[in-house]
Amino acid sequence: MKNKYNINLLLFLLCITLGFAQQTPAPKQTKDFAIVGATAHIGNGNIIENSVIVVSNGKITTIGPEASTPLTKQAIDIIEAKGKHVYPGFIVANGTLGLVEVDAVKASDDLSELGTYNPHIRSIIAYNTESKVIESMRPNGVLLGQVVPRGGRISGTSSVVQYDAWNWEDAVIKMDDGIHVNWPSSFRRGRWWLGEDPGLKPNKEYNKQVKELSNYFNESKSYNNGDSKELHLPFEALAGLFDGSKHLYINADNEKGITDAVNFAKAQEVEKLTIVGGYEAGKVANFLKQNDVSVFLRRIHSRPELEDDDYDQSYKLAKQLVDAGVLVALEPSGQMERMNSRNLPFYAGTTVAHGLTKAQALQLITLNPAKILGIDKAYGSLEVGKSATLFISEGDALDMRTNILTHAFIDGRRLSLETHQTELWRRYSKKLNQAD
Amino acid sequence: MIKVHLRLLIFMCSFSLFAQDYFPSNTGVIAHNTNYTAFTNATIHVSPTEVLDQATLLIKDGKVVKVGTSVKLPNNTTKVDLSGKTIYPSFIDLYTTFGIEKPKRGGDGPQYGPSRSGFYWNDHIMPEQDVMSQFKYDEKSASELHQLGFGVVNTHIPDGVVRGTGALIALNNNADNAMRIVDGKISQHLSFSKSVKSRQRYPSSIMGSMALLRQMYLDAKWYADGHIETKDLSLEALNKNKNLLQIFDAGSRANLMRADKVGDAFNVQYTILGGGDEYERINEVKQTNATIILPIDFQLAYDVEDPFYANTLSLSAMRSWNQEPHNPRLLAENGINFALTTHGLKSKKTFTSNLQKAIENGLSKQKALEALTTIPAALMGKSDVLGSLKTGSYANFLITNGDIFDKKTVLYENWVQGTPHIINNKHITNIDGQYTFNLAGETYQLTLSESTKKPKAKVELKDKSLGAKISYKADWINLTFKTTDTTANTFIRVVANTANSKTLNGKAILANGIALPFVAEQTPKEETANTEAEKDEERAAKAPFMSPITYPNLAYGFTKKPKSETLLFKNATVWTNEKDGILEHTDVLIKDGKISKIGKNLSHNKARVIDATGKHLTAGIIDEHSHIAAASINEGGQNSSAEVTIEDVIDDEAIDIYRNLAGGVTSIQILHGSANPIGGRSAIIKLKWGEAAEDLIYDDAPKFIKFALGENVKQSRSRTNTRFPQSRMGVEQVFVDYFTRAKAYDALKKSGQPYRKDIEMETLAEILNGERFISCHSYVQSEINMLMKVAEQFDFTINTFTHILEGYKVADKMKAHGVGGSTFSDWWAYKYEVNDAIPYNAAIMHNAGVTVAINSDDAEMSRRLNQEAAKSVKYGGISEEEAWKFVTSNPAKLLHLDDKVGSLKVGKDADVVLWTDHPLSIYAKAEKTIIEGVTYFDLARDKQLQEAIKTEKSELINLMLQDKNKGLKTQPVKRKEDKLMHCDTMDAHVH
Repeated sequence: MKNKYNINLLLFLLCITLGFAQQTPAPKQTKDFAIVGATAHIGNGNIIENSVIVVSNGKITTIGPEASTPLTKQAIDIIEAKGKHVYPGFIVANGTLGLVEVDAVKASDDLSELGTYNPHIRSIIAYNTESKVIESMRPNGVLLGQVVPRGGRISGTSSVVQYDAWNWEDAVIKMDDGIHVNWPSSFRRGRWWLGEDPGLKPNKEYNKQVKELSNYFNESKSYNNGDSKELHLPFEALAGLFDGSKHLYINADNEKGITDAVNFAKAQEVEKLTIVGGYEAGKVANFLKQNDVSVFLRRIHSRPELEDDDYDQSYKLAKQLVDAGVLVALEPSGQMERMNSRNLPFYAGTTVAHGLTKAQALQLITLNPAKILGIDKAYGSLEVGKSATLFISEGDALDMRTNILTHAFIDGRRLSLETHQTELWRRYSKKLNQAD
Repeated sequence: MIKVHLRLLIFMCSFSLFAQDYFPSNTGVIAHNTNYTAFTNATIHVSPTEVLDQATLLIKDGKVVKVGTSVKLPNNTTKVDLSGKTIYPSFIDLYTTFGIEKPKRGGDGPQYGPSRSGFYWNDHIMPEQDVMSQFKYDEKSASELHQLGFGVVNTHIPDGVVRGTGALIALNNNADNAMRIVDGKISQHLSFSKSVKSRQRYPSSIMGSMALLRQMYLDAKWYADGHIETKDLSLEALNKNKNLLQIFDAGSRANLMRADKVGDAFNVQYTILGGGDEYERINEVKQTNATIILPIDFQLAYDVEDPFYANTLSLSAMRSWNQEPHNPRLLAENGINFALTTHGLKSKKTFTSNLQKAIENGLSKQKALEALTTIPAALMGKSDVLGSLKTGSYANFLITNGDIFDKKTVLYENWVQGTPHIINNKHITNIDGQYTFNLAGETYQLTLSESTKKPKAKVELKDKSLGAKISYKADWINLTFKTTDTTANTFIRVVANTANSKTLNGKAILANGIALPFVAEQTPKEETANTEAEKDEERAAKAPFMSPITYPNLAYGFTKKPKSETLLFKNATVWTNEKDGILEHTDVLIKDGKISKIGKNLSHNKARVIDATGKHLTAGIIDEHSHIAAASINEGGQNSSAEVTIEDVIDDEAIDIYRNLAGGVTSIQILHGSANPIGGRSAIIKLKWGEAAEDLIYDDAPKFIKFALGENVKQSRSRTNTRFPQSRMGVEQVFVDYFTRAKAYDALKKSGQPYRKDIEMETLAEILNGERFISCHSYVQSEINMLMKVAEQFDFTINTFTHILEGYKVADKMKAHGVGGSTFSDWWAYKYEVNDAIPYNAAIMHNAGVTVAINSDDAEMSRRLNQEAAKSVKYGGISEEEAWKFVTSNPAKLLHLDDKVGSLKVGKDADVVLWTDHPLSIYAKAEKTIIEGVTYFDLARDKQLQEAIKTEKSELINLMLQDKNKGLKTQPVKRKEDKLMHCDTMDAHVH
């Protein structure tokens, strides 16, 4: 074949041209290209061995087995990828990348706002495209994500972005996609300053807090049904939940909380609900399925919550939910969640050791989150007509050893895989006379 | 001889008690009452082992003159006939704060220094504190204790690590302190908790308290030997208190072991306030030889009616509820000496019922009585005057109508120093029962109960209950009940005599003022069918169910400690970490806890054969940087804490041990945190799940200490900035200063001249002498470089830089210095100093020739260190075989354990893991984790246990529901929190 690039040469050229300006977003695709010979992991459960993927104007125009998909076009770059693997870009559901740069430096933290009911708070305007943490996602195949504010009872409004952009307007894929709620906790800490045992005990305020939330929604509905001349920013922000234009995300972990949250959303006639966290979702899996509620499953690499819990509780929960037919995506929240978001593929990999098939696990970080976030028309799988947001890995991208990227694309734009970290790696390898 | 009325007796006794010879009297003549009092015809428990029937107790001047069955009574004896009654020596509580106000929080003194002078340098050491300086006799509390049967208590000020002296007080409500003080200095009190009166931060952890106590004992000796020119009133007092009973407030089994360990090193045998959980490791507790002051504050059943909440209750909490009442019995059965205390009871009243519960659960009554009388008396060296009713003892005794430990028994009187305290009127007749009476043509039912205590009455007319009230004094009852007229709210009053126990005779005054004769006849008792609740009670009484105690006593514990086996793994892929590399289709024989053979076609007739086809066998993972399984991590009260050691605070009940085993981890170094530049000493342990803390530690464990640099030690995120250092510049000076002093110390020590033994300096001298190794928490290159230069200046080598996230910038210097690097695979961006942390760090350091390990510092990540090692293949292209060494043989080398563990080599410890898949693969699970031939984790066993836990919890929930149905109080469910410890986790155990 003509125009066949040597991958190393290509990488080398890229380094020369881009130097260390890894933050520079890639330019628009100008020339069609084809990825040839790779195992294509579609993201919907299917796999095509020896595939051909043609990308034109940022979209996948052809995908199929090499044998039955002849390449006719002349003016096309060929990326030879025999023995390699192609995946749709991984998607971070319930992420916070771009809102905090250094966890312990308060000045770099825009994660949450003062107050209890903040539906009008919008994460997108604080999203920092220049974050060094974000660029470190791309070499692991993590290319898209939700930007979610935290804190309060209603944390605010999230948006969905791609991770290679000049500014937030460039970055946004879906603006103001959903509202995030923290469901009242079943337990509360003892007030030690009043001489109470500081341990966790049943939260006596639970019912009151649920009622309060419910009232807030009711008030908001009344407001939106009426024609008040005085603008109420928070109520206004909730309107989308009732007309189906916005998604409701409720953080709830225990069985009772999840059940109450689902019933609450039903009573409020909210169309789209996702439970975030869902530590005990396995116990109500059928109930979730019946109510068509999806789950953003809490970080797979987390410790069991209770002393008696199965050591592999967090590892095997995905399998329980998937088997029950629940639509599941993985989320990374927890300590050091931003930098750890690049481990998303390995969270998925761990669910394979604990019961899922590799194809099922892949769906948890590709097509499933795309569906829940409402971006699946363009993203989440390798299908004709969808955006060419994908990457090529030397091997199995869900395993650390073989998650080694040679190419990554967002909307057909070829991304730099350089980062602040690879730069330091090269600099010091060179200083110490080590070949990288 | 005359029979006297009780009131008169009290008067006479008090009269004699106040007659102190040398006190002038201005209110009358000084007159001594020299009469005797005799209690006759009683069953007398002279001591727990000696009971006399139809016996006489003769007392005078608050003391026992004679006890026996044929006591000759002097003529001036007042006789009290106690036919049918029983006398016991009254109880002694060794551990109270009677008469002492709760210490108040106070002080605005310095955080990093003492607020006093002329005393020990640490405010929390107060041996000079004297309980009598704050003591105020508290009649109300005394009366409360009288009801429980106590006559004498030891009291102290519950504040500080050393709390000063306690005093023995007789609960004599009719005397002054001169009489009541049996001994003004009977004991010295210690604990691990700081004084609330001082702000001095040190010690801020249990291990700090332990180190402080040790240094204090050393200093007291040095002071006693006359080496200190100035005055230290604390040390002086400590030396004076040496021969007192030493009582240590431990409050739990784990702290009991810790206290005893401190005492043993200085030949001090503490008497230790326990926690009620001693049964969990009874053998270890027995080995302390300590007498235990035992609380019986048994837990209430949890309210488990709501399954959502009940679901969060841990098996260990449920077991505590079920097993604690067996603790006294188990201690007795194992020959452990103990005294009982009311300490810890939220309501003192529950002492009696809890004691009865302990007896129901098998504690013998004799042991119970000993634990309340002779044992505490003997501990205080007061057996001649307390604990029994022998001649010469205080006349401290109880009068009951029978067995004192029986539920139905009534305690009438509690005599202290010859003074009676009336609990219940012993002359009162029991008139409990059903009666009927007729008034104005209606037949009423009257039910009386608890007549000898707090009488209760119920009046019914045609099955309708009429609100009734009763009082019962000196053979007369006053009964008031409502009329049937609900609109008028009027009453009928009755007064009746009870001299004839079967009939109540008197008159009734109706609402309209008309008086009618009143006669109520007792109806013969019917054998009523037992209520459900009573049946439950009977069932429980017959065979109290006890959940099995496991090792450790929580979910996933072993009912029997597992044994080392001879195991033959067949046909495995064997990762040797040795020259042989990775061997396919290979057999490994494990015998006597060691790797016995590696080869093909091995056989052994006694071995259990494990088919490992398609599986991988490796050395166990070693985590160089862990904070699991420790009760405290940081002693941040000073900028150096070289005197503390994590070995003192290993928590053998941490579920994380089990979870780490499930991730293939077999050995860990529990490092001190990074709160200060010179941290504490490490514990290097094997994860032998079920063994006691001390047995987890390696034999001849290499000596390590944690150092730290950077943001944490300069308190970057602290609100108070008064501790030196506050910058990296200061950190260097801390090291130079300490090592300079340690060098001088060591030189003095080696010169043979007398020297003040200083644990901190001893530790630092070990570093200088190459006997102790440093693992230093480090991030940025400047400080890494600095520490190597300081070490070189003092002629030693830093062993390990841990975290070492900028190690790649100075890898050549590290290689030249000879230090290893133990790092995270890919952590960064969590604080400012990790801005330049890169996941290629391990690879670059390795390529530069540095020995590299990948560690966790995290109880979650440590469960999958195999995955973290595998990241080195992705980031920096390390070969799989080398990457695997990052979590096995390399940390073994860094920890100086490579002669024992870290690779599969004949003769090394059989610490191995069988993996379901390639160990570096994300798809691998640890199937078996074995330490020295003992299988501590097994995937199949884990599955069974997951089920067994559910079953046991259901059983216990049923028992709790039975308690609730019986009408017993319950407590709300508590959710046990998992502590996740990191470098910067501060201790919450010490106030």
